[in-house]
Amino acid sequence: MGIETIEADDLDVESVLGSAVERREDPSLITGEAEYTDDIQRPNMAHMSVLRSQYGHATINGVDTSDAEAMDGVIGVYTADDLDVPGEVPTGWLLDSLKTPAHPLLAGETARYQGDGIAVAVAEERYIASDAVDAIDVDYDRRDAVTDPKEAVNEGAPVVHDDLDDNTAFDWEIGDADETDAAFDEAAHTAEIDLTNQRLIPNAMEPRATVAEYKPGTEELEVHMTSQNPHLHRQLMSGVLDVPEHKLHIVAPNVGGGFGNKIGHYPDEALASWCAKETERPVKWTATRSESYLTGTHGRDHVTHGELAMDEKGVITGMRVKTYAGMGAYLSTFAPAVPTYLYGTLLSGQYDIPAIHCNVVGAFTNSAPVDAYRGAGRPEALYAVERMITLGAREMGMDPAEFRRQNFVPSDDFPHQTPVAVEYDSGDYEPALDKALEAVGYDDLRERQEELREEGRYLGIGFSSYIEACGLAPSELAGQLGAQAGLWESGLVRVHPTGKVTAFCGTSGHGQGHETTYAQIVSDELGIPYDDIEIVEGDTDEIPQGMGTYGSRSAAVGGSALATSSQKVVEKAKKIAAHQLEASEEDIEFENGEFAVAGAPERSMHIQDVAAQSYLAHDMPDGIEPGLEETSFYDPDNFVFPFGTHIAVVEVDPDTGEIEFENYVAVDDVGPQINPKIVEGQVHGGVAQGIGQALYEGAEYDDNAQLVTGSMQDYTVPKAEHIPTMETDSTVTPSPHNPLGVKGVGEAGTIAAPQAVVNAVTDALQPFDVDHIDMPLTGEAVWRAVNDAPDAGAEGGDEAIADGSGIDEDGGEN
Amino acid sequence: MTEHDIELSVNGTTHELTVESRTLLVHALRDELGYTGTNVGCESSTCGACTVHLDGDAVKSCTLLAVQADGAEIGTVEGLAEDGSYAPIQEGFQKEHGLQCGYCTPGMMLAADDLLERNPDPDEDEIREAIEGNLCRCTGYQNIVNAVEFAANEMGETASPEMTAADGGGDD
Repeated sequence: MGIETIEADDLDVESVLGSAVERREDPSLITGEAEYTDDIQRPNMAHMSVLRSQYGHATINGVDTSDAEAMDGVIGVYTADDLDVPGEVPTGWLLDSLKTPAHPLLAGETARYQGDGIAVAVAEERYIASDAVDAIDVDYDRRDAVTDPKEAVNEGAPVVHDDLDDNTAFDWEIGDADETDAAFDEAAHTAEIDLTNQRLIPNAMEPRATVAEYKPGTEELEVHMTSQNPHLHRQLMSGVLDVPEHKLHIVAPNVGGGFGNKIGHYPDEALASWCAKETERPVKWTATRSESYLTGTHGRDHVTHGELAMDEKGVITGMRVKTYAGMGAYLSTFAPAVPTYLYGTLLSGQYDIPAIHCNVVGAFTNSAPVDAYRGAGRPEALYAVERMITLGAREMGMDPAEFRRQNFVPSDDFPHQTPVAVEYDSGDYEPALDKALEAVGYDDLRERQEELREEGRYLGIGFSSYIEACGLAPSELAGQLGAQAGLWESGLVRVHPTGKVTAFCGTSGHGQGHETTYAQIVSDELGIPYDDIEIVEGDTDEIPQGMGTYGSRSAAVGGSALATSSQKVVEKAKKIAAHQLEASEEDIEFENGEFAVAGAPERSMHIQDVAAQSYLAHDMPDGIEPGLEETSFYDPDNFVFPFGTHIAVVEVDPDTGEIEFENYVAVDDVGPQINPKIVEGQVHGGVAQGIGQALYEGAEYDDNAQLVTGSMQDYTVPKAEHIPTMETDSTVTPSPHNPLGVKGVGEAGTIAAPQAVVNAVTDALQPFDVDHIDMPLTGEAVWRAVNDAPDAGAEGGDEAIADGSGIDEDGGEN
Repeated sequence: MTEHDIELSVNGTTHELTVESRTLLVHALRDELGYTGTNVGCESSTCGACTVHLDGDAVKSCTLLAVQADGAEIGTVEGLAEDGSYAPIQEGFQKEHGLQCGYCTPGMMLAADDLLERNPDPDEDEIREAIEGNLCRCTGYQNIVNAVEFAANEMGETASPEMTAADGGGDD
């Protein structure tokens, strides 16, 4: 049953950190009381609907809105010509070679992907707004389109942006090309792979939504929206709509999952806000699921060639990677960072590799913009690394676990400088591998694999020894790499006169349980009972500033900000306590909320009583202001680098291509765990998304750039029956550079799982000489790989071919 | 657009309202009556976020017209807790960390409740099959399965003494 939760009543301040306390978020979520954006109603509220290009690439000759405008209940219909604001969606990350074509709120002359907004209708009711959009007539001239990132940069490919010469968005490299080439020149062995990391649709269960309200009296624009980072949205939208930042109030209420999809600044939320101002009515916009599929940012979309160089003993000496990364039709907010600094920098994996070179070409395509999706760049990197490592072991004829072990960065080599810019903060990779090997019973498994093969059954064991980089920092480095924002986090801890606490953090949770874990952190630091602490996130008028929740940064950066503010509170309270206890500050000891005079424990004062005194302010030490609240802007020294080993055990039926899980073991090292139950939940969910990518998911466009997988009926979000029961375990290697020692866990599972599964399937199919199958490994894909393998006639292959004659008609279950 | 006067009993409270022919039940519940605990995720019966009980059965309220539910007894997440105490399924979701963002949770709990009504002691496979019409992107389902098992055990424990009295020692 996993880790057992405990009730908040059973917590004490001594053990609050590390306790699997039940989430305080749950009561409102399990009763229907929680308020998501679409739940919000305002008096006189109108509804907006967006007309979207039905073609992947088209010239817009004209837009006739007259029929729509004439409909009962329609308040206004607007096109690009009507927008009287700067209206260009900005790019939040720049690269030296980056081209930044304009991204208008509404397409004027050209629609560049299916779903590109062309007009909006505002109406009295939700359904009427949709009717109005249907009544708009657009005169299109269709154009040739391109959606494959590699084909897009070929000469002669249809050009997505007429003002550019071609579709190359950027050409970026990292690492030393000459040293890497030399490593390959001298290599005794090499392994190589061509792979795609397919385009994915994030599928947060809650579609994006906005309720915008303009108050002419105060000139304030209040926007409730599905945001992972309300302060960032405020800053960006302020420029897009030319609304001063102090007049823009953004609230992220309950948000139903994000997975990266709710980071970026999209046109739609700004359009709803503009319409609210224009019509002087509160305006709601809620994406349908098909709109989400068409226009919400997608993830991944890489075409990669990777090579590994090894010496005669299988010691890795070099890695060379060339990747074409799809950007979609426009650059989404952090899109340029994802396939570059969040990808190339992770290619060393857990391994001590002396030379690495990576070149990434970003390509504009006629498809939905690509941005961060759970893992954002790191899953693409680790998939490539761990597939190459597996093929390297195969080339050497070595056991894949031992090949990994031999090449791990040794535990005494931390901090470890990689050849791809980053320095790993801490790590100890073998214990996690060993725990995972023990959990699956590795030696016995290999024996059983042999026995089963003799019976014509194919068991596979797949490894993923992954590294993850989260809490991207420090801000100075982020700036050098092209970020147009700092990556610190703010925390404000306010102790009220009664000793109760409200703590504010600039992260913005959307399912991660921050209200619980942050309260655990603050309780531990202040020694104030957990139930006396309230956590506030997601409101730009309440929280000083913030950078939001993504990149598994909340605990490491936001948690550290709250820990730092709490420590400042304790520092001030100590001065007040010393004064009131008539002792010198140096003689005051602080433990579990109690300030006591060293050697005289009966002379003590609880921090909650100090708070009362701080507001009474009748007897304060000289130079100390009344009140007890502190803010910090915490800017970490470095990223944190969680790691672990996941092992998937599957049985593959070569006759049908079906894959069945026998086991899935996840051993993760995310540093000390604030709440182990929440960590477990993050691992489960992350792994499920990774398995989704490995086996089921993939966004597909046809040659005309029409999204073929345009609904949940065409795109397989894994169901309960698709995901195996997982066994989770952990090791604990603290980060040396943040006050909590914590790393991050939000994305670990998604980064780890795809290659564990693909390595397991290719391990199972080793007798058929199947080296690689591109994801998703559908029944059809597996069956074809078995039957197309160069050695399809060998060993078990005969039977597969003989029985396979009609199978490709239905090709398995997906 | 033709309009219809309908009557819906939601969690035991009767509401009279006027809806268009095309009004979906989920929009009548959310936008007209304010039962916003029921969510919309896909408008195509795939994700199950909109699952409610209709005369005791779990149905997807995003692909049912409000007028089709005229006269029906509707159960939503707002009606699960009774007299201030959680239903076993709610308790299970909290104890077993069966939810993260919570968006799928109301529908998931109503689908699970429907299962437990039909099968008070389901095994893991039966639970996974019963919730295949309800998607969760956060949890990987494992703790949802645990939550449903928790609820089944809880209901079994509270049911047993009553059954002992009424049925002379029935046991599940």
